[in-house]
Amino acid sequence: MAQDEKSGTDIAAAGSSHAEHELVNAGTAVIDPDPFENPGFPPHRHRVTDENPKREKRAQRTVYTLFYLSIVGSIWAVAAYMLFPIESGDPTDIRLNNMFFGIGCALALLAIGFGAVHWAKSLMSDVEQVDERHEIGGSPETQAAAAKVFADADEESGFSRRSVIRNSLIGALLAFPLPAVVAFRGLAPQDQIPVPLLYHTMWRKGTRLALDPSGAPIKASDVTMGSAFHVIPEGLAELEHGKLEEKAKAAVLLMRLDPNDLHPSPGREDWAYDGIVAYSKICTHVGCPVALYEQHTHHLLCPCHQSQFDITHEAAVIFGPAKRPLPQLPITVDDEGYLVARSDFTEPVGPSFWERH
Amino acid sequence: MNRSKPRRTGRRHPLATVALIALGLVFTGGGYAAFSSSTAQAETVANSQQTIDEGEKLFQANCATCHGTGAVGTDAGPSLVGVGAAAVDFQVGTGRMPMQMSGPQAQVKPVQFTDEQTKQLAYYVASLGPGPDIPSDHLSNGGGDAANGAELFRINCAMCHNVAGAGGALTEGKYAPPLTETSGVHIYEAMVTGPQNMPVFNDLNISPEDKRDIITYLKYVQDSTPVGGFELGSLGPVAEGLFIWIFGLGAIVAITVWITAKSN
Amino acid sequence: MSTATPATAAPKRSFTASAAVYVNERTSLAGFVKELGRKAFPDHWSFLLGEVALFSFVVVFITGTFLTFFFQASMVEVHYDGSYVPLKGVEMSAAMASTLDISFDIRGGLFIRQMHHWAALLFVAAIGLHMLRIYFTGAFRKPREFNWLIGWVLFVLAMAEGFTGYSLPDDLLSGNGLRIIDGLIKGLPLIGTWTSFMLFGGEFPGTVIVGRLYSLHILLLPALVAIMIAIHLVLVVVHKHTQYAAPGKTQNNAVGPPILPAYAGKAGGFFFIVFGVLALIASFFTINPIWNYGPYDPSPVSAGTQPDWYIGFADGALRLVPPGWEFVLFDRTWSFNIIAPVAVIGIFLVLAIAYPFIEAWVKGDKREHHLADRPRNAPTRTAIGAAGVTFYAALWAAASSDIIATHFKLTMEGVIHAIQAILILGPFIAYFITKRIAIGLQKKDREIVLHGYESGRIVKLPGGEFIEVHQPLDEYDRWRLVSQESYEPLMLRPNAKGKITAGMRLRASLSRWFFEDRIAPVTKAELEQSKHDHH
Repeated sequence: MAQDEKSGTDIAAAGSSHAEHELVNAGTAVIDPDPFENPGFPPHRHRVTDENPKREKRAQRTVYTLFYLSIVGSIWAVAAYMLFPIESGDPTDIRLNNMFFGIGCALALLAIGFGAVHWAKSLMSDVEQVDERHEIGGSPETQAAAAKVFADADEESGFSRRSVIRNSLIGALLAFPLPAVVAFRGLAPQDQIPVPLLYHTMWRKGTRLALDPSGAPIKASDVTMGSAFHVIPEGLAELEHGKLEEKAKAAVLLMRLDPNDLHPSPGREDWAYDGIVAYSKICTHVGCPVALYEQHTHHLLCPCHQSQFDITHEAAVIFGPAKRPLPQLPITVDDEGYLVARSDFTEPVGPSFWERH
Repeated sequence: MNRSKPRRTGRRHPLATVALIALGLVFTGGGYAAFSSSTAQAETVANSQQTIDEGEKLFQANCATCHGTGAVGTDAGPSLVGVGAAAVDFQVGTGRMPMQMSGPQAQVKPVQFTDEQTKQLAYYVASLGPGPDIPSDHLSNGGGDAANGAELFRINCAMCHNVAGAGGALTEGKYAPPLTETSGVHIYEAMVTGPQNMPVFNDLNISPEDKRDIITYLKYVQDSTPVGGFELGSLGPVAEGLFIWIFGLGAIVAITVWITAKSN
Repeated sequence: MSTATPATAAPKRSFTASAAVYVNERTSLAGFVKELGRKAFPDHWSFLLGEVALFSFVVVFITGTFLTFFFQASMVEVHYDGSYVPLKGVEMSAAMASTLDISFDIRGGLFIRQMHHWAALLFVAAIGLHMLRIYFTGAFRKPREFNWLIGWVLFVLAMAEGFTGYSLPDDLLSGNGLRIIDGLIKGLPLIGTWTSFMLFGGEFPGTVIVGRLYSLHILLLPALVAIMIAIHLVLVVVHKHTQYAAPGKTQNNAVGPPILPAYAGKAGGFFFIVFGVLALIASFFTINPIWNYGPYDPSPVSAGTQPDWYIGFADGALRLVPPGWEFVLFDRTWSFNIIAPVAVIGIFLVLAIAYPFIEAWVKGDKREHHLADRPRNAPTRTAIGAAGVTFYAALWAAASSDIIATHFKLTMEGVIHAIQAILILGPFIAYFITKRIAIGLQKKDREIVLHGYESGRIVKLPGGEFIEVHQPLDEYDRWRLVSQESYEPLMLRPNAKGKITAGMRLRASLSRWFFEDRIAPVTKAELEQSKHDHH
């Protein structure tokens, strides 16, 4: 693209007199034909420690004092480890151990650090070194030699010439990682696929609603106006395996509102019982538990990303990134007055996923 | 149950308590009785007609403007019939009432009444209709099982109040207040009455003993020394992140300036 | 150090010298020492930021190794029976229980754990600040583009290290963080559901995720970080460090204290200082008190659930999506409330990584650049940087929207709406303000070069006129202000075939955007002219 360059390619960079730069394209840089001269290094200014032997002595004293102080710190840390036992389990003891052991370590480290820096700054020579820079690409001879190595290797191996060998090798190299890809299928159980699992929870027709975490069933009469109960399906607390996986889908929040405040859509009138409604606690955004229930506004808030759901309108989203309402668990009471599910959720709970429709 | 040394004192007649229980039993179901009996029996001090009369005077002078004569409610404030002594003790005892100005929610302010006056108000309101009573010392003294309380707190309370009781945000400017200095009695009262937008946690949801355990956990958090050092407001990673940028990296940058400055 | 001399020829030699000879004869290190031992390392405070990152990584590595001896990366259910009263008897994973044991039942364990976590936060923060320094001084220009890229890879790896690390204790906070990751992955088109299923080894949360994250956290990711750091540092040595224009310092030299001994003294000391500062912080400030959060359970959550600071921008991006960005189309769910934030972050990352290549293409400058720019002398770049920082900061602030609301007595909805506005408008405002400031500073520099410093001394001329005497610059001070690179907008000219291609047009318009309001540095002729005017 040399032709669209404004500046010539044969002009050196600003502030540069280096011969190697002269052939490099400077693009749209403005090159001053008569630049300011670099004045060179200013005269070296001596430090007080260079000129005043007393100050030098003092700096020396500071440095070794710091190093000795570091030894004190290390010893103190060892002592603190023993002097401040934590086996009583008393939080105060643990705090003291943490603090005093830590102070010792910090002193040991900081004193070495400040000592070494002070030594370097005040006592070591402060004459700066000047290194010449060279083109990163190396000299033309080196580049030519490297090019020749490649050319020779190509010639000797026939990499370019024997194209069938080369191409078959490329094919083999592309194919050989494939077994590794299938091997990773084993990361998840071989006999399961995720989508059906996401469609179902532990709730069945007749499953009693139980208190989280005790698992005690809940009667409709227990749920007074303005209450919020954190609910799990009965039997979940006793599960031997997969308890958390089931809970991650089945957790429910139970609330009682004035039945007149509820606005059920057609077909869902009987999903509530006398103003008692049960909604999935798992946010339809990315799955945090939505459990911040405001008993006067009837809003549910997710503390992770601030999605808000209106319980009076079937948990419709009124703010935040979630799109779908929280799924409602249809409930009723059994003969003994306990709250039970009428069925499983009628849609997958929790965050959206690709195959959901 | 150790009832010999109640923390809150007042002059109430024991019979008044019995009367209150009786009233409660008349108006509410059997389930509710369990609650009343377990809390109200703590009131060993007189709850006499005189107390109620004193409370009525205070109420007329300080509360009736909004809550109406006889606490039946006006446009400016809800009816207090049936809210119980616990609600009044919580709202007045934490300084939320009398309210200074309307806003998203009642603010905690310096308490306006003495303990005695608060009790008089509470029992006046309690006399208007049955409601939750002020909890006994046993329930609010924090002598229960902290581990059970912590688990219940995480499930029922932490989403609003934060796991360490540091408080949190609600919608439209409302918030769940920090519990770092709240007394056991007030925590108990808040659970049974559901002040502001807080849901009610009745005794069938969280039993009185479980409530006691929750208070025990919160008392543990309030009283025990933080093991790791200063807690930065228990605000979690936000406070930690600001700390490392401002103080951690800030200190280190200051040191880099010293390291590279020319020594004189 | 005489290294080539046979050992027998030396009559009397110190122990160190003998040891050096002994080692060299078996390793040929003498050449290495000769080459590197006296290399100059330019000295400026901002050149130490990368070292802060390096040193905190070393601290993370040391403390992390200690933690591996006690931590059990297992999700087997156990009943906690350690010292922390409010969790006694509670069912939790072995990972959580062993982390509690490190904190409460192993002396010094809490200290090491806190130092590990604080050092991790510092590691990422130092990388961030280091990258800002590189960007605003143009230290990414040829020949350092690869190191810019490697730096970004390191930044991303560091975030991955951090995330996998704080997820290990299997506490409520990190568990909900993983829950969010699960939801986020599930929302990705096509691959989401299966990716989540494989990551968690079945349904969320499963019983394998802690073990898997542990493999990544202590094996794969640290290895990658170490390799990248090694390449990064080798390239620093190959390139030699940049330096600011100063008297005697040119494109063609590197000036500073030699590595041995002065620089080694400073940098070595600085390592201990960083280590010590972290130790001090760890002894006095709690970090991630997992005992408050309790074991993970999918039902509870804490108010103020946030990730560590470096993941905050991603969490903030999720919070800022307006309602309703999710559709069912072609019988599939398109979660734009997840796709959009992921895409925005991805584009931001790609643009940031690509910036050096874009700027080089716009300028067409093929020279090497070893002098760091003063930010004001590249106003457009600096303004773009400020816009990027504002954008990132808006995402970051959004992650604490609830805490901002409670602490400044605002509504959460208001905070989110305000940050949404800042995310869109803020970068433009920051761009214009920054550019104006940079150009203003350039003009001021010109004034100073041409007319000298304002001395504050007012003199009455014979004619009655008052003037302020200006103190002329000495040549050293002047050099700092005039030695800068300057570029003009590209003029479109037909290429060899007599055509103007679309690419050339794009390049010309970008070039105009970059350089149209350039302030030319003072030339010798201008300075002469100005001197004449004064006399």
